[in-house]
Amino acid sequence: MDQKFNPQENYLKTKESIGYVDINKATQSDYDRIGFMSGLEVHQQLLTDEKLFCHCPAGVFNDNEDFDAEVIRHMRPTLSELGEYDGTALMEFRTRKTIVYRLKNETTCTYEVDDTPPFHINKQALEEAIEISLLSKLNIVGEVHITRKQYLDGSIPTGFQRTAIIGVEGEIYLKSRPIRLIQLSIEEDSCREISDIGHTRIYKTDRLGMPLIETVTYPEFKNPYEVKEGCDYIRFLNRSTGKVRTGMGAGRQDVNVSCRGGHRVEIKGVAHTKWIPKLSHNEAFRQWALLAVRDELAKRFADKTSWTASHVFTKPADFEGNLHFDGLFDDNRKVVAVLLPGFRGLLSHFTQPGKTFANEISERLKVIACLDQPNMTHSEDLYPILTDEEQERIFKMLNGSESDAFVLFDAPDDDVKMALETISERCLMAFDGIPPETRKSFEDGTTIFERVLPGADRMYPDTDSAPIPLSSEYIETLRANLPTEIIDRYRELKSAGVAEDSFTYIFSKNLYPIIIKTSAELDIPISLVGNFFGQTVKYAENHFTSADDFDYNQVYSLFKYLKENKITYDLAKPVLFELYLHPKMDFDSILRTIGFKKRRKEEIIGQIPFLKEKFEQEKRVDTQENKENWIMGQLRKTALGNINLSELKTLIEA
Amino acid sequence: MEDLFQGYKGSALAILQKYNVRVWGQAIVDTTRGKFEGTLLPRSENDDDKHLVMKIITGYNIGIDIDTITNMKEVGYKKANYAIPQKQFPMTPGLPKVKLFGTGGTIASRLDYRTGAVIPAFSPGELYGAVPELAEICNLETEKVFAVFSENMGPTQYKALALAIEKEIKKGVDGIVIGHGTDTLHHTGAALTFMVQNSPVPIVLVGSQRSSDRPSSDAALNLMHAMKAAGTSDIAEVMVCMFGPTSDEYGLLHKGTRVRKMHSSYRSTFRTIGDTPLAMINRKSITPIKKNYHKRRNDKNVDIKPFWNEKVTMLYYYPAMSPDILDAMIDKGYEGIIFVGTGLGHVNKELYPAIERAHAKGIHMYMTLQTLWGYVHMFVYDTGRDMMAKGIIPAGNMLPEVAWVKLSWALGQTKDPEEVKKLMLTPVNDEITIREPYNGYLVYQGGVPEVEDFIRNVHK
Repeated sequence: MDQKFNPQENYLKTKESIGYVDINKATQSDYDRIGFMSGLEVHQQLLTDEKLFCHCPAGVFNDNEDFDAEVIRHMRPTLSELGEYDGTALMEFRTRKTIVYRLKNETTCTYEVDDTPPFHINKQALEEAIEISLLSKLNIVGEVHITRKQYLDGSIPTGFQRTAIIGVEGEIYLKSRPIRLIQLSIEEDSCREISDIGHTRIYKTDRLGMPLIETVTYPEFKNPYEVKEGCDYIRFLNRSTGKVRTGMGAGRQDVNVSCRGGHRVEIKGVAHTKWIPKLSHNEAFRQWALLAVRDELAKRFADKTSWTASHVFTKPADFEGNLHFDGLFDDNRKVVAVLLPGFRGLLSHFTQPGKTFANEISERLKVIACLDQPNMTHSEDLYPILTDEEQERIFKMLNGSESDAFVLFDAPDDDVKMALETISERCLMAFDGIPPETRKSFEDGTTIFERVLPGADRMYPDTDSAPIPLSSEYIETLRANLPTEIIDRYRELKSAGVAEDSFTYIFSKNLYPIIIKTSAELDIPISLVGNFFGQTVKYAENHFTSADDFDYNQVYSLFKYLKENKITYDLAKPVLFELYLHPKMDFDSILRTIGFKKRRKEEIIGQIPFLKEKFEQEKRVDTQENKENWIMGQLRKTALGNINLSELKTLIEA
Repeated sequence: MEDLFQGYKGSALAILQKYNVRVWGQAIVDTTRGKFEGTLLPRSENDDDKHLVMKIITGYNIGIDIDTITNMKEVGYKKANYAIPQKQFPMTPGLPKVKLFGTGGTIASRLDYRTGAVIPAFSPGELYGAVPELAEICNLETEKVFAVFSENMGPTQYKALALAIEKEIKKGVDGIVIGHGTDTLHHTGAALTFMVQNSPVPIVLVGSQRSSDRPSSDAALNLMHAMKAAGTSDIAEVMVCMFGPTSDEYGLLHKGTRVRKMHSSYRSTFRTIGDTPLAMINRKSITPIKKNYHKRRNDKNVDIKPFWNEKVTMLYYYPAMSPDILDAMIDKGYEGIIFVGTGLGHVNKELYPAIERAHAKGIHMYMTLQTLWGYVHMFVYDTGRDMMAKGIIPAGNMLPEVAWVKLSWALGQTKDPEEVKKLMLTPVNDEITIREPYNGYLVYQGGVPEVEDFIRNVHK
C-alpha cells in the first residue's frame, strides 16, 4: 500500500484547489466565480392569545421533563393530491422511527395530537397575516385554502402541517435594489425536539399549533451579506406591525443556497440573522467542492452503474489493543468494513471548514440508519483511529487496492442493512453532484445533513376545513390601517440625521413609531430622539440589568417630563440610566437620586465671571481652550438639565 | 363525456366558459389584486360559485374571487392521476388465508373532488402498495361487497355480508376481515353476531379514525392487527379490532355485542361496555384478557340467520317527554320499540297510557339504559314494576343499539311474544352477561390524582 497518503495534506490541497476563500477575504468576484445564489424562507410567530386551529394558549412553554402524558406515533408516507409520493416521506419511513410526544394539559388538547379535527382558523392570526402580506406588496388571494403539507419527521403529530397561502408575488428592498417575494403563508408551528437517539425521537407539544407566517423570496441574493440584509428587512417589516412575537425562537429562517451547477439546499431553522452570511458562504463552497468530487469521479469511472461497494464483517481480533473498539462488538452488534472502489482521496476531500466528504456519509448514517455518532471511521480520517497495520489488514480483507478507500462502521444487527444501503447511496450520489437536502446549521457556520429535500409533491388539500373567502372590502379596511413601509422609514430617519448604524437596533425593536410620536408630540427633532434610542437606550440595554420590565414608552414619558419641567434634554441620559435600572421609580425621585437641583439659568451664567477670575489664579496651562474647558467642568454638574450645554459653552466663550 | 368544469357552477362556471379555461388547465389569471398562475382544480360542489381554485407552482391551493378577474388564459393542461400504487399481493406458503371484505369507510381512501371529502379506495394491490407489511401476516384476498359510508350501512348490507361470510367459510378461509366505516361499526358487529352464529373462524371488523391519506393514520396498524387476529387468533367470534390507546402501540379485540364508539374523533374510540375487552393485540402477539371465548375449529360449519324486521325503533327518554312521540310510533305501525331509560330503566308516568296502548297493540317493548353501564333493574321502584306490568321487558345489560339490532333480527323470525322474548333474553354472545366483572367499569376522569398519575406513566 502507498503509505505516503496523508489525509490532512489532501484536505488542505483540495480546499485550495476548489478555490475556497475565507468569508472575510471573499469579494463579489468570488461569489460570481462560483455562481452564488440564495433565497429565504422567513418564519415569524404571530402575537395571538390562542393557537391557530384550537383554543390552547399560544406562547406558554414547558420544560422538557414537565409533562402530563406521552403519546406515540409512527408516520407512513401518503400520496399527494397529484398522486405522487414525496422523496422525504419515503426517507423518513425508511428510518423506522418511533415518535414520542410529551403533552402538558395546559398547552395541549386533543387537537394537537390529532384526535380532534381542527376548529375554525384563528381570526386574529389571519388578520395579522393579511396585514403583513399587504405590507409585503403581495397579491392577496380571493379564498384561503387550508392545505396539508407533509412532515414525516414527526415534528407534527398529524404528519402534516396545516398551512395556507395568503398572498403571492410581492417585493422587499435591499439598499441597492428590490428582491421579489414568491409567497406568504400562514401555518401552524411544529413541535420542539427534545432528543433523537437511535430509533426514538422525542418532542414536546407546547409550541405546536402556534400561528406562524412564512415569507418566501425568489433566489435573487447574490452574496451572503445581501441574504442577511434581506432577512433583516423582512423581520423588521413583520415587527413594524407590532403584532408578532419577539424573543428566542419567535423568528427563524431557512436559507436556500446553491452554486452554479449545484442544487438548491435548504439550511433550516437559522435562529439569528447574523449567522446567515457564514452559513450561506460555506454552503455555496460545499457544493462547489462536491462538484469537484463529481468531476474527479467522472475521470475515474466511465459511468456510475459499474460502481458497487462491497463489505465484510470484522471481528474483535482485527483490532486487538485498539481501545476505540472496546465494547463495539457484542451479540447484537457488528463492525462492518465497506470498500469504496476508486474513492482514494475523496473521503478526505474538503467540503466545509474542518469537514470532508466522509462527514457526508457519517451524517446520513446518523439520520437514515439511526446510528448515533460517532458511528464510523475510515481510511482517510483527519485524526486516524486505526493504526497503519489495521488499515492494511482491512484493505486486505476487502481485496482493496491503492486507488480505493473504506468506511468502517458499527451498528446493531437490525440497522446494518440500512447502513450499507445508506453508504452506497451517498457514494452513488457523489457521481451526480449535489444531493437535494435540508441541512441543520451550527453557530460556527457549518451544516450537517438533516433530511432529503421535500418537493411540491407533499401538498394535499385539508379535507377537514372549508375555504375562507376574503372580500375586497375586508382587505381594503385592513389596508387603510397599515403602518408605513420600512424602506420609507429608513429613508426618513436617514435624512433626519439618525445614525445608520443604529437602524438594526431601531427596526428590530420596532422603535420607529415611538421615535416619531415623541418627536411629533413633544416637538423634539427626530435626530435627537432617534439617536437617543439608537445610542443611549441601546447602551443601557446592553450594560444594565433592569429591576423590572422596562418599557420603551417610558422614554416618551421621560422627554415629556423634561419638557414640562423646562429641564434641558442633556439630562435625559442620566435620567434614563436610572429609570432603566428602576422602571417603577417616578421622575422626581430619579432627579433626587442623581442629585439634580433646579437652578435658574441666570444663576449659573452669573458664576462665569467669578470662575474666569479663579482660573487666572489657579491656571497651569494658560490657553483659551483650557480656560473654557475648566469653567465648563466646574459648571457642568449644576448646569446639566438647567441650561443647554452648548448654549453655556457659547456664553463661556463670549 | 368528460366534465371539463368539474364542480363549477353559476357565475364561476360562466367565467371559465367565457375565457375557455378547463379544469386541470394551466392558467394565467389577471385580477384587480394582481396576477396569479397555476393549475385550475375541480371545485367541491358544496362550495360557492364566487371563486376558482388553483394549485400554484409551490404546490399550495388558493382561491380567486371571480369578481376581481379581468382576464384569463389557458397556457397548458396537465391532469392529475391520483392512484394508489398497485402491487401484486404476494402469496407466501404457510401463512393463513384471510379474506377482506370491503364495505367503504376510511381504511383506504382517496380524495373526492365532488364533495371535497375522502372516498374509499380498495383492492389487494392498493392495500399492499400502501401497507406492504400485510404480506408478512397473511395471504390476502379481497372482495368489494359494496361501497357505502358507515352511516348508510343497514339491514340489506348486514344480510349480504352474512351470506358472503358463509360462502368464504365453506371455501375454507382461515379468517375474515371486514373493512368498515367507524360510525356504525358496533351496529354491524351486533348484527353479524346474530346473523352468523357458531363460526369456526374469527370475523374481525376494522376501520380507521384517521383516513389513510394522512401520514399518522391508524388505518395501517389497525389493518395489520385485524389481519393477524383473523389469520392467527383462536377466538372464533365476531369482533371489532381498533386502537387500544391513542398511541401506535396495541389494539384491542372487542366482542361485537359489547363494543361501542365512545368518542367522535379519538383513535381509541371503541370501548367494551359492561365487560373487559376480549384481548390485546400487537404486531407480535395476541394476549387474551377474557379466558372464555368461542374457540377456532377446523370444520366449515356455520349457522347463517339473515333475518330482519324494519319496523323496530328506539325511544331515547328525556324528562317530561310527551306521550305523543310514542303514540306516533304506534300509529306508524312499529312492531318493536327499544326504550332507553334513565337510571335503572325508567320513564315518566305521563307515558303510561301510551305504553298501555302499545302493549294492547302487541308491540314488543324492551328497556335498556342511558347509563350504558349496569343492569336494568325494574323491581327497585314502583315505576319499574308499573312498566313491567304494562308490557316493557327489561333487557339486562344489553346495550341500547345492540337491543335495537337484536329485536329487529328477532322480529324478522317470529312475532310470537314468548318466542321473541326467548330470543331477546338468551344471549348469543354476551349481549347480556350474567355477571359484570368489578374491573370492567373504568371510566377515566381526568383531573383526579390517581388517574393523572396513570396517564403520565402509561402511554395513552
